[in-house]
Amino acid sequence: MAAESLGLWGVPLGILAGTLRGSAPFLFVSLGECLTEKSGKINLGLEGTLLMGAMSAYGVSYLTQGTLGPFWAPWLGVVAAGVSGMALGAIHGWLSQQPRVNDVATGIAMIVFGSGLAFFLGKPFIQPQAPQLFTLDLGNWSSSPPIQAALKISPLFLLGVLIAPLLHWFFRYTRWGLYVRAVGDSPEAARAMGISTFKVRMLSIVAGSFLAGIGGACLSLYYPGVWTERISSGQGLMAVALVIFARWNPIQCLWASLLFGGAQAIGPAFQSVGVDSYYYLFNAAPYILTLLIMVVTCSPQRTLVGLPGALGKDD
Amino acid sequence: MVSLSQSGSVSGLWRRSLEAVVLPVAALLVALILFGCFCALAGANPFAVYGSIYKAAFGRWSAWQNTLIRAAPLMLTALCTALPARLGLVIIGNEGALVMGGLAAVVVGLGVGASLPPLMAQGAMALAGIVAGGLWVMLAGALRHYRGVNETISSLLLNYIAIALMNHLVEGPMRDSSFVTKPSSAALDPSILLGTIPGTRIHFGLIYGLIVCILAYVLIQRTTFGFAARTAGGNVRAAKIAGLPVGKLTLAICFLGGSAAGLAGMVEVAAVQKRINESLVSNYGYAGILVAFVSRHNPLATILVAILLGGILASGGILQRSHDLPDATVLVFQGIVFLCVLFSDSLYGRLPWFRETVEG
Repeated sequence: MAAESLGLWGVPLGILAGTLRGSAPFLFVSLGECLTEKSGKINLGLEGTLLMGAMSAYGVSYLTQGTLGPFWAPWLGVVAAGVSGMALGAIHGWLSQQPRVNDVATGIAMIVFGSGLAFFLGKPFIQPQAPQLFTLDLGNWSSSPPIQAALKISPLFLLGVLIAPLLHWFFRYTRWGLYVRAVGDSPEAARAMGISTFKVRMLSIVAGSFLAGIGGACLSLYYPGVWTERISSGQGLMAVALVIFARWNPIQCLWASLLFGGAQAIGPAFQSVGVDSYYYLFNAAPYILTLLIMVVTCSPQRTLVGLPGALGKDD
Repeated sequence: MVSLSQSGSVSGLWRRSLEAVVLPVAALLVALILFGCFCALAGANPFAVYGSIYKAAFGRWSAWQNTLIRAAPLMLTALCTALPARLGLVIIGNEGALVMGGLAAVVVGLGVGASLPPLMAQGAMALAGIVAGGLWVMLAGALRHYRGVNETISSLLLNYIAIALMNHLVEGPMRDSSFVTKPSSAALDPSILLGTIPGTRIHFGLIYGLIVCILAYVLIQRTTFGFAARTAGGNVRAAKIAGLPVGKLTLAICFLGGSAAGLAGMVEVAAVQKRINESLVSNYGYAGILVAFVSRHNPLATILVAILLGGILASGGILQRSHDLPDATVLVFQGIVFLCVLFSDSLYGRLPWFRETVEG
C-alpha cells in the first residue's frame, strides 16, 4: 500500500480501512452469538465454526469457479460456509442440552473439533487462489490509491449491517423472537406456555452458527482473503466477550464490532507507516481491549442489563 | 441420584466406582469407532491407522520414550484446568500460563547463567515459572471474583496476550541476533538444562509432572483446603453461608493451576527448546484442557490420560508419512474424543446397570 505518500495520515486512514474490512467477521459472529445467548446457551465453539466457515467458503469457491465462474462461485462459498456452520451448530445444540453437560465445555470441545476438521479438510486449499467476492468500490471519487483501497466495501459487510436491526426487530416484535427471549430468560415459564425449550434453543444455536459460518466466509473471501490455519486467531471467542459488552443488543453488536475491527487494525496501520517495533503488542490490542471492556462492564453484584436469565445455569 | 441416596452400602460404592471407570472407557471406544469411520471416509484404512498409532506411541521402548516426553508437559498443563474445575471454574488459560512460565524461567536462567550450581539454578528457574504461571492465571481468578468477569473468556484472552508479549520480547529486547532460524532469545547455559533420566532420552520433567499430579491429588482429596474447594465448587452460596473464604479459595486454586502450567513452560524451555521462541506455543496448553476433561479433573487419572494423549501426539508424524493424512488428523481425533467424553457425562446415573438395585 502506498501509505508513505500520506505520511502519518496513513495511520487513521489505515485504521478506518481496517475497521471497514475487519469488522465484518466480528459482526456476523457476534450477531450469531447474540441470538444463541438470547436463548440461554453459550456457544464458545463459534471459533471453530468461524474456521470451518472460512475453509468451506474458500474451498467451495475454488472448486466451483470452473462451472460457476468467478462471480457466482464465491457466493456458493458463502452458502457453504453457512451450511457448514449449521452442521457444527446442530452438534453443539444437541450435546449442550443433554443433562449434566456444560455448554462451556461443549464449546471448547467444538473449538477443537471444528478447527481440526477445518485444518484437515482445508489442507489442499492453502496454496491455490480462490476467486474472491466482488467489492463495492466507494472510493472511486478519490485519485489517491490508499483511499480507493480503504473504501472497497464488501457486500457481506452491508448485509451484516442490515441483519443487525433486523435481528433487533425480530427479538422485539415477532412471536418467534418472544419465544427465544422467553426460553432464554425463564425456561420454566416458557415450558408452561407450551414452548419446547429444546427446539427453540436448537434452532437459535443452528441459526446463530449459520451467521458465524458466514463470518468465516468474510475472512477467507474478502479480508484477508486467503485461507490459512491462523486466519481467525480468536475472533470467534472475542465475539463472545463482544456480546456481553453489547448487552445482548444486536444494534450495539454493530457498534462493538466496528470498535473491535478498528482495534485490530492498529498494528498493521502503524506498521504501514514504518512504526513496527511494537507490532506484536499492537496486535494484541483487540485482546487487551476485550479484557478491559469486560473488567469495566462486568460487576460481581448486580446482573447486567439485558442478560438472559437462564444463561450459564443448568436446567 | 437414586444411587447417591444409598451411597453407604458397599455394593453402591462399588457400582459407582465401576461406572466411573466404564463410562470414560466406553466413551473412548465410541470415539475410536467414530474416528475410524472418519479415517475410512478420508480414504485411509482405519485398522492400519490404529496400528500405526499404536506402533508410534507404545510399540517399542523408544516409542514409549517419545510418548512420555510429550506426556510430561500435558500432565502439568492439564492441572491448570483440572484444579480450578474443582471449584466450579472453567479455566482455559493453560497455553498463556505455559508461555509466561517459560518466559520467566528463561529470564531467570539467562540471568544466573552458570554462576549457580545446576540444581539451584534449575530450582530458581522452576520457581520463576511457577510464580509467573500462577500469577497469570490468578489474574483470571481475581477478575472473576472481584469483577464478575467470565473466567473462561478472560483466561483465553490472556493466552493471546501472553503469546504477543513473548513474540514482542524475542523480536526486540531479548533477541539473540546470532540465532537466525527464527526470532529467539539467547540459549540457556548447557550446565543448567534439565538432564535426562539415566539410561533414557526422557527428561526430568516427567518426574516433575508425576510428583505434581500426586501432590495435587493429595491436596484436593486429602486436605482441608481441598475439601473446602470441593465444597465451594458444589455450591458457592452454601459455602459462603458456611463461612468458607470463597475469594481466597478462588485466588489460591487459580494460582496453583497456573503454577502447574508455568512449570510445564519451564520444563519445555529447560529440557526441550533450550531457548525461548515461538516453538514454545505448540498446543500443549490446549491439549491439556482435553486431558483435564477426559480425566474428569482427577489429578491421578490425569497421569494416565496424559500418557495416552502423549502417545497420540507422538504418532502425528507417522500418520502424515505412512497414511497421507494431514497433521490436523490428530486434532480431529482429539475433538471427537472430547465430544464423546462430554456426552458420556450425561449418562452418569442414567444407565440401569450401574443403578443400585433394591436388594442392596
